[in-house]
Amino acid sequence: MGRYVIRRLLQMIPVFIGTTFLIFVMVHALGDPVNALFGDRAPDPAVAEKIREQYNLNDPLWLQYLKYMGKLFRWDFGTTFSGQSVTSLLATAFPTTLKLTAVAFTIEVIFGIGLGLLSGLRRGRVADNSVLILTLVVISIPTFVTGYVLQYLVGVKWGAAPATVGDQVTLDRLILPGVVLASVSLAYVARLTRTTVVENVRADYVRTAVAKGLPRRRVVVNHLLRNSLIPVVTFLGTDLGALMGGALVTERIFNIHGVGYYLYQGIVRQNSNTVVGFVTILVIIYLAANLLVDLLYAVLDPRIRYA
Amino acid sequence: MTTVTEKADSGERLAPGTPLLEVRDLHVEFVTRDGIAKAVNGVNYSVAAGETLAVLGESGSGKSVTAQTIMGILDMPPGRVTSGEILFRGQDMLKMSNEERRKIRGRKIAMIFQDALSSLNPVLSVGYQLGEMFRVHQGASRKEAKAKAIELMDRVRIPAAAQRVNDYPHQFSGGMRQRIMIAMALALEPDLIIADEPTTALDVTVQAQVMDLLAELQAEYNMGLILITHDLGVVADVADKIAVMYAGRIVETAPVHELYASPAHPYTKGLLRSIPRLDQKGQDLYAIKGLPPNLLKVPAGCAFNPRCDIATDLCRTEIPALHQVADKDGAELAGRRSACHLWKETLHG
Repeated sequence: MGRYVIRRLLQMIPVFIGTTFLIFVMVHALGDPVNALFGDRAPDPAVAEKIREQYNLNDPLWLQYLKYMGKLFRWDFGTTFSGQSVTSLLATAFPTTLKLTAVAFTIEVIFGIGLGLLSGLRRGRVADNSVLILTLVVISIPTFVTGYVLQYLVGVKWGAAPATVGDQVTLDRLILPGVVLASVSLAYVARLTRTTVVENVRADYVRTAVAKGLPRRRVVVNHLLRNSLIPVVTFLGTDLGALMGGALVTERIFNIHGVGYYLYQGIVRQNSNTVVGFVTILVIIYLAANLLVDLLYAVLDPRIRYA
Repeated sequence: MTTVTEKADSGERLAPGTPLLEVRDLHVEFVTRDGIAKAVNGVNYSVAAGETLAVLGESGSGKSVTAQTIMGILDMPPGRVTSGEILFRGQDMLKMSNEERRKIRGRKIAMIFQDALSSLNPVLSVGYQLGEMFRVHQGASRKEAKAKAIELMDRVRIPAAAQRVNDYPHQFSGGMRQRIMIAMALALEPDLIIADEPTTALDVTVQAQVMDLLAELQAEYNMGLILITHDLGVVADVADKIAVMYAGRIVETAPVHELYASPAHPYTKGLLRSIPRLDQKGQDLYAIKGLPPNLLKVPAGCAFNPRCDIATDLCRTEIPALHQVADKDGAELAGRRSACHLWKETLHG
């Protein structure tokens, strides 16, 4: 087990270097950031040169990358063109997105697994068909449509919840965006749970559990669900990373100043330090979530051995 | 031990001669896309305390479906019981509520399944799965349950039980897993155990060990045992009486040694002839011609008639009753019945 974790951590190094370098290259492929900074006006050549010097833009790309990574290991993400430190941006953005993700993830887990279980146990009945149709609808509609529609209906027309979040990141304000962010994943979790429940409900060990005279609740929760959730947990783990990065659309709709918001700003302004900094953290979160899932797998399924 | 008080509440004395379990005229069918499959068509059998009934038959003969119906674990739908009674200690279980039946399962009637690997939960330790019986039915604490689980594993002679109690099913050998299934069935000292092909998935040497263990524990606790099998070899040593099933009906019942010595039904005769014997080395092995009937369209008359060597027109039109079998002088043979129009010819001819 310990050796496995070490090996996995070592494997993360090339993945980390590869992904960050790719992002670095892509951000620079967007065009000259100094020109973008000045917008439509032509920059004063002397000023432009000074900025280029300050941000190492005259160096070859690989050297820029090396210098950037060197600073990164001292937890220095550099500064934006407007002089703000990227670290301080990260410090404001990530807690907000984490809160939003936590709300969305909770909704996803409770309702996704709940609906999937209901659907799987009542296979072919009304409840099952309703869940299948509903989830298909949710999956087919893009998030920004669900987002704007719910924002208009719930937030504006009925006034049941605040329509935007802004700077007050409170739980009641995050529920509506949480639902929007969770919706598609929730639908997938429900469908995945349904499939595994249907597969396992006729398994021999479930029959044994019934033959032992266990109450139905115990048969379902301790025996059926315990087995059915193994693939679902895998999905949930990887989805945790996707939720954080994918909050971009939701954060724009509900005016939440989180990772998605700053990342979007960074891309529009071609602020390479911001983009690379945020994406680097997201990559680390993805890698950590993946490792966690693989380790959790062994806890959930004792047949799996790490070598 | 709490066994004394438990036995007191479950053990109101049965009147002498009253069977522990009696199945009366049971009919079970399955609704399928292609029609109604009649899996069990009027089965009658009974088991007394301490007695072993072997139910013999090919796949699809309805022997497992009958057992699952007794246990109350038949998938309904597609299965449904159309008529009949299942009397346990004189009470019809088919008329009981789900909760009443649940309390009988595991506590009064327990079941052992064929494939222990798939029948045990792969992600729970065997100790947990054994202990669950005590926790659910007796409200034992985790600690007590675990101690009892170890005790049980000792009883079924699993070596180093205390060290292995936290192991998972896949970490045991096939024979050991089946012992765990037996331990689970024995946990609450039930009155009746139904073993559905308990040794089919095991090596021949292990088969004998497991069967001996089961027989020994049965005698010790004075339990009734219904042993479902298609293996005539397994039956001979342990059973008291045999019921042979074909296409959802019992075709012959007899005390075990009489059935082997003088079968009164052509199907039983065929089964016995198809056992490989050492003194027949080099000769072709006998096989009953044809295939078991499709349950969606069972042949008219005796279901066995298309495969029977001695079938007459009567066999093709009229379903034979389960006749009382008598010896050559006309004296009835106790416990012997045959559902064959030509039982006399088969038995004496």
